Amino acid sequence: MSIVEIVAYTLVFLGAFFCLVGAIGVLRFPDVYSRMHSAGITDTIGALLVLLGLAFLAGWTLALVKLAFILVFLWMTSPTATHALAKAARHGGVEPKLADDVAMDDFKETPSSNR
Amino acid sequence: MLVGAAVAILVVMGLVLIRALKGPTVYDRILAVNMFGTKTVLLLALLAFITGRHDVLDIALAYALINFIGVIAVLRFFEYGGETALATENGEDET
Repeated sequence: MSIVEIVAYTLVFLGAFFCLVGAIGVLRFPDVYSRMHSAGITDTIGALLVLLGLAFLAGWTLALVKLAFILVFLWMTSPTATHALAKAARHGGVEPKLADDVAMDDFKETPSSNR
Repeated sequence: MLVGAAVAILVVMGLVLIRALKGPTVYDRILAVNMFGTKTVLLLALLAFITGRHDVLDIALAYALINFIGVIAVLRFFEYGGETALATENGEDET
């Protein structure tokens, strides 16, 4: 096994590991907003490491360009989707779980609550 | 070797599917479905290299875009509470 393949497989497995961690977080975190944080791990570093590992396997071919496009699309769309999700959840009346000594009233006066 | 990573991604998709079925609010379900779609893209990319047919990457590319459009569309619908969103569809619209 060449050194490039070792690097590639290491990156792919690291990416799969981060995806697993994120999925466990999505399963176990208490509310939507903390689950979003956990899903962000898989969308950024999980996708990056898996696709980077595959890029090492692809070499300088057309597949490399396609992998780069997939990564760019994922990195542009997933923050947008997360932002829209947080906005929708906030407008939809889902209140974030806070620590006991933090009152939700501190956040009521934000400009986003003008509707 | 890559099959192991693909199996791990499949496990991730299973865990996320549990959240999509359990999720108390509709936003939990949308979050889980969005993540499921992202993992599908990664699985397709892995599949392209497992089978050695790099054309499958095109499907992954298309899936990444379709997944995003679908999630945004569903979120726009649910942002102000389901059916009431249809009532205000013809009214003033922000953004």
